[in-house]
Amino acid sequence: MIKNISNLGDAALYCDFGTEVNKEINSKVIRFFKSIQKENIDGINNLTPSYNKLIISFDLRKKNFQTIKQQIENLNVINDDALESNKIKIPVCCDESFSLDIKRLEEKLQITRDKIYEKFFGKEFFCYMTGFIAGMPFLGDLENELQAKRLETPRVKVPKGSVGLTEQFANVYTFESPGGWNIIGNTPQVIFDSTNENNPNLINPGDVVTFEQITKDQYYNNNE
Amino acid sequence: MNKNYFEIKRAGINTTFQDQGRDNLYHIGIPFSGAMDNRNFQISNKLVGNQVNFPIIEFAYQGPLLKYFGEKINFAITGDVKFIIRKKNNAIEGTCYQSFTLENGDELDIISTNKSVYGYLAVSGEFDVNYQWSSCSVNTKANIGANNGKKIEDGQKIYILNINKNLSDKKLNYINTKIENIRVIQGTNFDYFSDEGKKIFFEKEFVISKLSDRMGMRLEGPKIKNIVDTNIKSEGLLKGVIQVPADGNPIIMLSDHGTIGGYPKIGVVISADYDKLVQLTPGSKIKFKKVELADAETLFKLYDMETQNLISQI
Repeated sequence: MIKNISNLGDAALYCDFGTEVNKEINSKVIRFFKSIQKENIDGINNLTPSYNKLIISFDLRKKNFQTIKQQIENLNVINDDALESNKIKIPVCCDESFSLDIKRLEEKLQITRDKIYEKFFGKEFFCYMTGFIAGMPFLGDLENELQAKRLETPRVKVPKGSVGLTEQFANVYTFESPGGWNIIGNTPQVIFDSTNENNPNLINPGDVVTFEQITKDQYYNNNE
Repeated sequence: MNKNYFEIKRAGINTTFQDQGRDNLYHIGIPFSGAMDNRNFQISNKLVGNQVNFPIIEFAYQGPLLKYFGEKINFAITGDVKFIIRKKNNAIEGTCYQSFTLENGDELDIISTNKSVYGYLAVSGEFDVNYQWSSCSVNTKANIGANNGKKIEDGQKIYILNINKNLSDKKLNYINTKIENIRVIQGTNFDYFSDEGKKIFFEKEFVISKLSDRMGMRLEGPKIKNIVDTNIKSEGLLKGVIQVPADGNPIIMLSDHGTIGGYPKIGVVISADYDKLVQLTPGSKIKFKKVELADAETLFKLYDMETQNLISQI
């Protein structure tokens, strides 16, 4: 399942599952990640699943590369076909004040905003990974007609709640942050809640996400 | 109501509560955080009789000016720091790696770090802070940790609980040494770079840019040329990872780094050199030196033994 394990620095394993980005490879990564999490291996202090890699960090005071590698290679990985996943609906308002890059996208993609929204809101997304900033979900896959590159000059501040597109992915900015994704709307939904320590992320790897268009009134009434 | 507290007369540039940081949250996008210079963090606690992982105040460049109210308390500052203790009738210049006593109304003026970035202030008691995921470490980006996840600000009060009644003077003979050679293990995308780029990376000097903070350290110097792809599919990062974006200037990930990134990884700073790396100021020159995994493991063991040894001398 893992194609190759190498070291990333002196305190991490770099598990390579392939080079492509697709659900199949990513599901393997997520399964492996969940299996290791369950094992609670002493000395492992972080796991970072991504599209097709899993990085396992460990405490160099307790373990080293060879010992952790052996433990990982001998691991029994959950092999059920279906990943446990939640279905989540995210409300998004596409009012002009939120859809910062919609004009730019119309030009880049050579289709109208109505078409862009029709395709975006009709789509079921798969969560490949979360991170960069706390709770940010990386969702795929957009069809070819909606795939655009990042902004040439990234924004210094992307507003919190912004929903962005780049290449085959969509995401939600869980905090105000610098960033270069094409912003098409904004959600009032809390995606990351640091006061909920057991479950801070609304969206987790493997989850299925759809977006639902709301009006400006609904947006501002969503907060109670 | 608690009666022992500091009033913050001047907060300083980047003053935050930190401890050992938080584990096992990379997968949801939360980095370790924690004290940047782990050795100096632990020593500061030991100098005031605390367990080594108690919350402390970390400051960078200009430190805070704090006025103390309450019963007698000891404090210690570690790093390379200039500070003054102002009592009713006199002022004393303080010394790092030594405990001092503060009485009601005394002021502690942490003027600045000398040719280093971070300093640590520990007190013989517990800062009254909130914990998230078993750590008080402040991550200002995600507003996680003590003080609502924010830097310490002018005018606020910091309360102290459970002051140790048996104050004893402690001291450690130790001087921070600086290093210019940062030892590095080759990264997973080392072969993305041209032969000349690889050579430059291990042979030429780089200068630390002003655009460096707790998230990352940017370097300037000769450009490292990518011959494969200036982007990779986004994947996990670690502290110490050196990424090279399209402009050819390396960026080293530090304790508050974004958890995933899409630039090729040319190398990773070895664990033994991390505490010294973070203390290098903007404008400093550094060179990377290649080491193998087995050497890095031995070097860390030695570094850790030295730290434990210093702590046990106190």
